[in-house]
Amino acid sequence: MNDMIEVSGVSKSYGGVVANHDVSMKVPEGKITGLIGPNGSGKTTLFNSIVGYHPIDNGSIKFEGQEISDMRVQEIARLGMLRTFQQTRIYSKMNCVQNMLISVPHRNASFSDMFKKYPAEVTEKAEHLLDFVGLFSKRKLISGNLSFGQQKLLEFAMALMNEPKVLLLDEPTAGINPTLINGLIDRLKRANTEFGITLFVIEHNMRVVMNLADNVYCLAHGEMLAHGTPEEIQSDQNVIDAYLGAH
Amino acid sequence: MIMNKFVLYGGFLAFGLFGPLLFPAYTSQISILWLMVVFALTWDIMGGQMGYNSLGNIFFFGIGMYACSLVQIGLYFDVAQYTAHSGSVKVDFTSEQYFTGFFLGLIVAAVVATLLAVVFGWIVFGLRGPYFAIGTLGVAIAAGELIGTWDYVGGGGGISLPGYPGDTDGTLFYYYIMFGLSVATFLFLKWLYASRFSLAINAIRDDEEKAEGMGIQTKRYKTVAWSISAFFLGISGGIFGNMTGFIEPLEVAFPTVTFGIFMVLMALLGGKGTLWGPIVGAILFHVIKELTWTYLLGWQWIALGALIVINVVFFQQGIVGWMQDKWPEKFGIEVDTQLGADDEPATEAAK
Repeated sequence: MNDMIEVSGVSKSYGGVVANHDVSMKVPEGKITGLIGPNGSGKTTLFNSIVGYHPIDNGSIKFEGQEISDMRVQEIARLGMLRTFQQTRIYSKMNCVQNMLISVPHRNASFSDMFKKYPAEVTEKAEHLLDFVGLFSKRKLISGNLSFGQQKLLEFAMALMNEPKVLLLDEPTAGINPTLINGLIDRLKRANTEFGITLFVIEHNMRVVMNLADNVYCLAHGEMLAHGTPEEIQSDQNVIDAYLGAH
Repeated sequence: MIMNKFVLYGGFLAFGLFGPLLFPAYTSQISILWLMVVFALTWDIMGGQMGYNSLGNIFFFGIGMYACSLVQIGLYFDVAQYTAHSGSVKVDFTSEQYFTGFFLGLIVAAVVATLLAVVFGWIVFGLRGPYFAIGTLGVAIAAGELIGTWDYVGGGGGISLPGYPGDTDGTLFYYYIMFGLSVATFLFLKWLYASRFSLAINAIRDDEEKAEGMGIQTKRYKTVAWSISAFFLGISGGIFGNMTGFIEPLEVAFPTVTFGIFMVLMALLGGKGTLWGPIVGAILFHVIKELTWTYLLGWQWIALGALIVINVVFFQQGIVGWMQDKWPEKFGIEVDTQLGADDEPATEAAK
């Protein structure tokens, strides 16, 4: 089993606040890896470090064996590692199909590609993926007018359109109608099995993590607290203490 | 719909081609109108479509003007000598000299402006929002001041350009060149906005960080967008310099507070981020400006100021933007009719 992402000894502080301290972890290829932890435990900071939003203070981050800790966001994205945002980010004045079209992979985009039109099969793929997340009937609407949950689904579809190798999802079910969450879990699993995308998911909803992940990491106070299968994590005394606030 | 388009394009073309023949007294005014259309269209690439409000696009206009003029003169004279005597000696060019220099000058103007856009893009694209606006304004003002101190190109005194050869003063010639440029700009942008380029720069406008996160080569798109603006502005500067016959840095080549601001206002008035908005804005703005200059002389700047305030405070989406809100279906925009996401896939393929 290859490791898609390998984080070793990563530290990151903002001024005096240590957000991540000596964090090490691995995301195995083809699996769904979960990341849990109380609020403020440094989960999103770790995500941002991995995808290159800020430089890290110490340590190394490897993607498919290649050191990426000194690369920029776009370069890392073009290698095939994408993230979605906790506060959903879409192109709000464009319609859903346009949001999808501009999300095609840019890995091999040449200079002249900038001026090309989209072939019909790309549009078809965009509509197919919108249908996959349940937004087909909304495809011509301006995306900024969609509800928060729908925008979240659109962002997920945009990520799929980009054909990433690894997708980092920051709380994919937050703000989504509970009745739609089961459908979303199902879609995330299908993205993993059918499209072969390795997933790395931050999630607060324990039911979702336990359902979804093959293995789970738990962060607390910026340090890696525990690692194991969902069952192991659920019964780990340290994890329980962290969530209940004991030390 | 096709009929409407035919009338629209046909009307523009007919007016453009025959306007100066029907109203010869207004030929210069209509030339300026087409210049305004070029201004508004090129500003909107960055300001409207990409969300980068440049206040310094006039820089490329001025650079194009100087580049073109220097080529025209430099081909047949020593530039320093010519500019030193500028004004006192009027040099007559033969037709061949004049037109060779003029067209070669326009090409050089376009190339130089485009190259400078790439160079300055490298510097100013690190800036966002208001900082970008002020940064670009600084570039334009600095360029005017610098050229004003450069005696080789005539300094603050400017350059008197070679006169148009032949019996006429060339008004009609420049008119058709300027009209041709505005048509070329429009057709180019119409083509450009139908490609993925338009989606990419719209994405940068809506959320640049997201666009970077999705792997879009944002810097490449931004640089090319600015270069396109610069290309057409450079040519327009070359033409306008010859139209006026005399160029100097502050009022003619780098007029940041008149032309430089007008291009922003016209795009806002017509509706930024649309293809037709800047054109509508440019026409309306130019007509209002000429009317106030004719009938409200002394009050013209106040009238113009009032128009700007009304536009910015009450009418931010501009004319075409307002029409899109009012009749979305006419612009191919769909509005929501049902609530909630689909629980079941609509097509068999996704099941």
